[in-house]
Amino acid sequence: MSLFQLLNGLTFAALLFVVASGFTLIFGLLRIVNLAHGALYLFGGYIGYSVAVKTGSFVVGGIGAMAAIAAIGFVLDQGLLRFVRGNELRQVLLTLGVAFFLNDLALVIWGGDSFTVPIPEMLRGGTRVFGTFYPIYRLFVLGMGIFVFIGLWVLLNHTRLGALIRAGVDDAEMVEASGVNIRRVFLFTFLFGSALAGLGGLMGGAFLSLYPSADAEILTFSLAVVIIGGRGSLVGVGVGSLLVGLLNTLGQVMFPELAYFVIFGPMAVLLAFRPLGLFGRAT
Amino acid sequence: MTQPVSKTSVLAGMTSRALVITGLVVIVAACLPMVLSSYQVGLATEVLIFGVLAMSIDILAGFAGRTSLGHGAIFGVSTYVVVYATGQAGLSPWAGFALGVLAATAVASIFALLAVRTSGVYFLLLTLALGMIVWGVCLRWTQVTGGENGMRADVRPAALMSHSAFYWAVLAGAVIVSFAMWRFVRSPFGLTLRGIRDSESRMRSLGYNVPLHLFIGFTVSGIFAGIAGGLYAMFNNFVSPSTVALAQSVEGVLMMIAGGVGTLFGAFVGAAAIIVLENIVSSYTERWLMVLGITFVLIMIFAPEGIIGKLRAITSRKVR
Repeated sequence: MSLFQLLNGLTFAALLFVVASGFTLIFGLLRIVNLAHGALYLFGGYIGYSVAVKTGSFVVGGIGAMAAIAAIGFVLDQGLLRFVRGNELRQVLLTLGVAFFLNDLALVIWGGDSFTVPIPEMLRGGTRVFGTFYPIYRLFVLGMGIFVFIGLWVLLNHTRLGALIRAGVDDAEMVEASGVNIRRVFLFTFLFGSALAGLGGLMGGAFLSLYPSADAEILTFSLAVVIIGGRGSLVGVGVGSLLVGLLNTLGQVMFPELAYFVIFGPMAVLLAFRPLGLFGRAT
Repeated sequence: MTQPVSKTSVLAGMTSRALVITGLVVIVAACLPMVLSSYQVGLATEVLIFGVLAMSIDILAGFAGRTSLGHGAIFGVSTYVVVYATGQAGLSPWAGFALGVLAATAVASIFALLAVRTSGVYFLLLTLALGMIVWGVCLRWTQVTGGENGMRADVRPAALMSHSAFYWAVLAGAVIVSFAMWRFVRSPFGLTLRGIRDSESRMRSLGYNVPLHLFIGFTVSGIFAGIAGGLYAMFNNFVSPSTVALAQSVEGVLMMIAGGVGTLFGAFVGAAAIIVLENIVSSYTERWLMVLGITFVLIMIFAPEGIIGKLRAITSRKVR
């Protein structure tokens, strides 16, 4: 694998990390497997695209995408999921219904054409990385991935909110019993996780482009990341994203038509030994 | 069993009342082509095919406590193989059908190998991811699958060309397959699956090999999904990635839930409800997926026990 392909794998892993970390945060704390996460990614991308084109600013597009997706997350959590709390299977199937709804709604609003989010002037073009010419924007995505990782790490390990979230992952009832309004922590996590999907949509929309089945693809990758990394673990998402991102690139180089199989192999081997993923813990 | 032996008829432990009802339903179903238009006969055929798919999902969901979101892919693999075998490879429809079911069984056994160690949400996620991989391969492997355009082939045998003849053939197939599934879940093996659903640890400590039972249960359920997929190939003469897509699995699960989890034959009621809804909606708008999503959300919130269960609950409340 050449350096160019290695960088492609790393930048894709960075994007996956941003999307899947939101997914695993919600899964870990609220025990909700949000299968609408892929649809939120796609919606975030489309909204970010529309806002960025209207205002001419990538940053405003990003803020718009995150805010809009957090709002959709609010409706999803408070308007629908509250009716099926405590029943994992019903929650999952409900979010699946929402995913279908959002996907079709996106088709109505933005149509079936593929869009590419316009990249800001300063991130266009390429640069030399160890002698290889490489697009600046993809390096920016890599940087964003690392930034989000550090940000989440600080949030989870060095703030009161992070401590509450970690405690909630381990035993939500106990946290509630000690006088904390865990519902509010849950809600914040849900909105924050959703916003990360929206941010991912904008970032991915600028180099993978946005099209009607992009949500299913990113959801599959996110599921693979979480299955490999384990529920609710930040390091797990990081390692899982790297593995899936690099393997996917390797697969595309070696067997372009069967790239999906290449993430399937390691997932299979891993499940045979660790059904809960690399960093997952039984509850 | 606690059932009184005197009520049990000769036919494999079916009570005489159930036998009469089943007989009546089959006779009514067989008469349908005489009153329905050929378009409606097509719909009825579709109901039977998807009923079989929903039943195969119910074997796992209702009797082993594991809801699979990958059965649409198993179903679709069979469809792909049947279309490919008769169209590109030039085999006879029957040989193609056999190959399709075989391929679906093989895929199901691979899914099963990976999935039997998981339960609950993890099982759901894993089968979902596996199904998506099948979809991804069908979409990308253009040389074999025809990519996004799919493949067309005249799969239906010449003798079954008319709508009614094909309907009767599918009805006969559905009756046989339903009977086989019903026997399967009532067999000692099926009872063991129910034991696993209710308490995995108890079954393990009683000395049952839980993963092996789940593996066999999943594979058998895959055979039935494969049969449904093969029939669908003959029904449609066409296959594209949307046949193996997540929506297919989701529709199957929704039909199973709408009919009532663990009722087995409720699957046909669920399939009829969803397919009729799909056709009514499609005549007004192209937004079927949106309506499907909303239906799913509403059923999850208001009627997770299924349409029949919900109606039964409402009527018993009124009586009281």
